[in-house]
Amino acid sequence: MTTPRTSQLSENEKGTVGLGAPPVLADTSETVLSGRGLIKTFGRVVGLDGVDVDLFPGEVLSVIGDNGAGKSTLIKALTGALTPDAGHVYLDGKEVQFRTPQDARGAGIETVYQTLAVAPALDISANMFLGRERRRSGPLGSIFRMLDKKGMKEDAGKSMANLGIATVQNMGQAVETLSGGQRQAVAVARAATFATKFVVLDEPTAALGVKETGQVLNLIQQIKARGLPVILISHNMPNVFEVSDRIHIARLGGCAGVITPKSHTPTEAVAIMTGATTLQKG
Amino acid sequence: MTTTVEPQAPHTAAEQFAMRQQSPLQRIQQVLHSHPSISPLLVLILSCIVFTIINPRFAQPNTIGIILQQVSVIAALAIGQTLVILTAGIDLSVGAIAILSTLIMANLAANNGVPGFLALLIGIAAGVVAGAINGALVTRLKLPPFIVTLGTLSIFTAIALLYSGGQQVGRRQMPSILTWAGTPILIGPFRITTGVIIVAILALIMAFILSQSSWGRHVYAVGNDAEASRLVGIRVDRVLFSVYTVAGLLYGITAWVQIGRSGTASPNAIVDANLDSITAVVIGGTSLFGGRGAIIGTILGALIVGVFRIGLSLAGVDDQWRVFATGLLVIVAVSIDQWIRNVKA
Repeated sequence: MTTPRTSQLSENEKGTVGLGAPPVLADTSETVLSGRGLIKTFGRVVGLDGVDVDLFPGEVLSVIGDNGAGKSTLIKALTGALTPDAGHVYLDGKEVQFRTPQDARGAGIETVYQTLAVAPALDISANMFLGRERRRSGPLGSIFRMLDKKGMKEDAGKSMANLGIATVQNMGQAVETLSGGQRQAVAVARAATFATKFVVLDEPTAALGVKETGQVLNLIQQIKARGLPVILISHNMPNVFEVSDRIHIARLGGCAGVITPKSHTPTEAVAIMTGATTLQKG
Repeated sequence: MTTTVEPQAPHTAAEQFAMRQQSPLQRIQQVLHSHPSISPLLVLILSCIVFTIINPRFAQPNTIGIILQQVSVIAALAIGQTLVILTAGIDLSVGAIAILSTLIMANLAANNGVPGFLALLIGIAAGVVAGAINGALVTRLKLPPFIVTLGTLSIFTAIALLYSGGQQVGRRQMPSILTWAGTPILIGPFRITTGVIIVAILALIMAFILSQSSWGRHVYAVGNDAEASRLVGIRVDRVLFSVYTVAGLLYGITAWVQIGRSGTASPNAIVDANLDSITAVVIGGTSLFGGRGAIIGTILGALIVGVFRIGLSLAGVDDQWRVFATGLLVIVAVSIDQWIRNVKA
């Protein structure tokens, strides 16, 4: 990691594969989110080495890469969990600086973590509205600070139904009585409900089985169908190729290229990811 | 994109397994899981019936009044303890804080000529400050609550003894407001004290806040999964700090109840309060692992201990059997908690 690498990987003898995305960076006014020249170092370790990234309206962008390639660092830098040392982040064309995840959340960016970030003993509705509970209207809410439990339950049910999650009916059910996939569905539904700009899914299927993974992929399609862009971080090539519009390949703190499921095969993606081959520059 | 269509019928083996008839035991497990206060309630009712059969004097209003008075101090401390345990913490400094508060109120009024009402408020404020110190140590130094409160248990006890010179303050030396919580009142046939009413009101207020406010919900969430709570934007440290501070407030108010109950402010009072309050919380079905439990359970737990004390003494049994039975109840209660936490969907 000590040798600086950038997205302009040198052409070498390992050979190249077809054209990547256009080298010309998109105008930030056309993107939902753009990162430009993002740099983040941890002591002598280079986490991000001048990375550019774009998220277009209504697309699913996957970020793939080997362990330590800078996937998580990139996402954290975009969502306020880390502050980049240098570089710019644009949201809807305006430069933003998120200092905490709460800042990003306030701007309409929701993140789902692989660790199933739900409180098991609380019910589905409580988890959906955790951290942004609604109070009752009138003096019961303003003076006695009572929660609008009924309203939140109804809205939680609507959100789940909108995303086609039919296997869970009772919003008063404790989350710990749900399967792993259903729990992740609650977390994804929460993100989809409150996000206004885009949703980030960080390895959402890492802890899930095959069938449950399918359910989460379905949810990603549902979110996309509702017009919200999605950033998906994943190790799983079949999943990535199934749902993505574009694939950002992180490598050694930089970007080894942006491909699409149509332009390249999963095998080629893995080859680029591991450095066995490089993308031909257009 | 493959759209996964849910298979309609026939059901797979696993689905049939999921829809199998549940055994009565499993159903009990599920009911207890959603209503953890049922088991202490059953224990309370059963023990009352048994003790009444052994000695009919148990059911007399007089006895019930005495139980309520005896239980009041531990129940009040246990309300604060419940808050702390709900966040997966533990407070070993309960008794020390309460004693410190009683001695500050009593000494200020008796020896420093501070008006009774002001002395009372300063004493309660001392409880709040002591709780806040616990909270600050837990959240700032990131120390385990067990260690923090083990340390402050000694520190607060030492301060209380140094401040009071180890001397107790008698009833005659205190203004009437400090002993007001010992005023007897009759409610129907039951002879209780104003202190019992204070504790009942505290319990109602805290139960309401825990179940109806977003702060209450955050207390449960933090105890349940602190990392998940942080990720959804709950300020975990703030919640923890507020819990220890509110607990301190409750201990400070309990100090007032304690002076009313015993008529004196003594550095040697309520020495068993730490373990007794934890016992009440645990018997009441609140999980030591955090995130699960309720004030009503704690009150039931405190009542169970009180009922056993009087019931066994009316049955003519050596008091050590009460201690024995309390120990047994704690172990049974925690076993039940473990069992219902393993409930399946």
